[in-house]
Amino acid sequence: MLGDQHVKVLQQISVFLENRPGQLSALAAALAERGVNLRALSIAETDRFGIARLITDSNETALAALHEAGMTAAVTDVVGVEVPDRPGGLAHLLAVFDGVVSVEYMYAAFPGSGGRRVLIMKLTPVDVALAELEALYQE
Amino acid sequence: MWNEAVQTLPRAELERLQLERLQRLVATLHARVPFYRDRMDALGVAPSDIHTLADLARLPFTSKADMREGYPFGLFAVDPSEIVEVHMSSGTTGKPVVDGYTRADLEVWGDVMARTLDMGGVGRDDVVQNAYGYGLFTGGFGVHHGAQAIGATVIPISSGNTVRQLQTMVDFGTTALTCTPSYAMFMAEHARDMGVDVRSLKLRAGFFGAEPWSEAMRADLEAKLGIKAFDIYGLTELIGPGVGAECEQQDGLHIFEDVFYPEIVDPVTGEPLPPGTQGELVLTAIGREGSPVLRYRTHDITYLMGEPCPCGRSSRRIHRLMGRNDDMLIIRGVNVFPQQVEEVLLRVQGVEPHYRLIVERDGSMDTLTVEVEMSEATFSDEMRVLVHFERQLESDLKAALGIQAACVLVNPRTIERSEGKAKRVIDRRELSNAR
Repeated sequence: MLGDQHVKVLQQISVFLENRPGQLSALAAALAERGVNLRALSIAETDRFGIARLITDSNETALAALHEAGMTAAVTDVVGVEVPDRPGGLAHLLAVFDGVVSVEYMYAAFPGSGGRRVLIMKLTPVDVALAELEALYQE
Repeated sequence: MWNEAVQTLPRAELERLQLERLQRLVATLHARVPFYRDRMDALGVAPSDIHTLADLARLPFTSKADMREGYPFGLFAVDPSEIVEVHMSSGTTGKPVVDGYTRADLEVWGDVMARTLDMGGVGRDDVVQNAYGYGLFTGGFGVHHGAQAIGATVIPISSGNTVRQLQTMVDFGTTALTCTPSYAMFMAEHARDMGVDVRSLKLRAGFFGAEPWSEAMRADLEAKLGIKAFDIYGLTELIGPGVGAECEQQDGLHIFEDVFYPEIVDPVTGEPLPPGTQGELVLTAIGREGSPVLRYRTHDITYLMGEPCPCGRSSRRIHRLMGRNDDMLIIRGVNVFPQQVEEVLLRVQGVEPHYRLIVERDGSMDTLTVEVEMSEATFSDEMRVLVHFERQLESDLKAALGIQAACVLVNPRTIERSEGKAKRVIDRRELSNAR
């Protein structure tokens, strides 16, 4: 999904989950019915509500399905980054952000190229983050 | 100005008219209605004791329960053959209250409702879409009589069938909408779904009543519908809509005092309170014939505003209703009105005016939970933003109510919408006590 790139801006769908049984299952069913494939998923929760964050193969279909199911969804830009699948891979990456970029949240996604893993990250400020990542991968 | 002569009567003349009408009413009720005669006799007061308007305080109150006991015609002050129309309350919480109108009462009703619509600029050329319920409910017919008195075109569409409401609004070039504020909000939302931009239509005034609503809700309705929204007031026990209404100043509701005499009393002791003091509104239908009520306890909380209105009408104004003392929740000893919650929610950008208060008892402790609908405008992919949003609402609620309330975010459109009066409170305390 990153193609031949190591770093790519991706559109993530986030969905509000009420704290009630069956909410996640309703979300999954709505997407399944429209044949949407999930490439990555993370759930964050408090004791009162949750947020599901999704990377899908078809955001347009996914959004339509979620709205039809009566859910609140939003699209946000996130950064997909490939990291080497070995000890220290993440530490090496995060070191470049030290003091200049904050990681709002992150989660692991699908396999990348050449035995690397793709991480999905929400980074601020995103332009600084992208510049740092570009520099890192040119090394 | 509709019926300008009466609406601008100098105070002294208005008060002379009020006293005359009050004396006549008390004499009639004493002579013809055993219920009122017994009450007056029990208090040792006779029609001949009423020399000034202040003597009104010597007369007995009438409660909703009294009116129900009179069901169906016990409180009528004329021979039943004089009655040409009846309406009644829904009776969901007991026997209904019946209002009987003589021919002259219908004239009066048309006149006070014409004053109401005229205050919002409705004239002969207007198209009034009347989405109050027609039938036994007073709302539909009250507006209808008023619009006809003015000579406007009235569309008696009644409540419900929202798609048809919006289609009619477009096709007929509706200029004024009459319904409950919660139904107006529901229509605005539905219009968005249908792709109808109400703001681009001819609609320019809304007359909303039959339930309490806040200043924030007014701002929201005015923005969403592209109109001026007027608060109107009435009760089945007095006549229906047409007891009072906002003029173009939108600052308090003029009571049509030549027909309905207002008092503010202490809700507990029943003692009259001075102008400007908040209390319960009590009304006497001095200008009615069929079923004129004496000192009716409305349970509506407000105060009489002191200053004369710049509009030139001489009638006194009440402040927009603060709530009803029977809607009022007492939570941990603190009085809470649903509108206070509405005010807080609507101050926050993007929050929809759909909410529900749930009161429960946890051991000996009352808890208040406010359910608020999530919307695209308030949602975020970041947890801290939503947690902050929730905490901000909770702290605003605490500041406004004086008690802690838990705020719970729920899916959009999961809180029941209403085509009539909105049900915003669920009190589970009595149930849990019974267990």
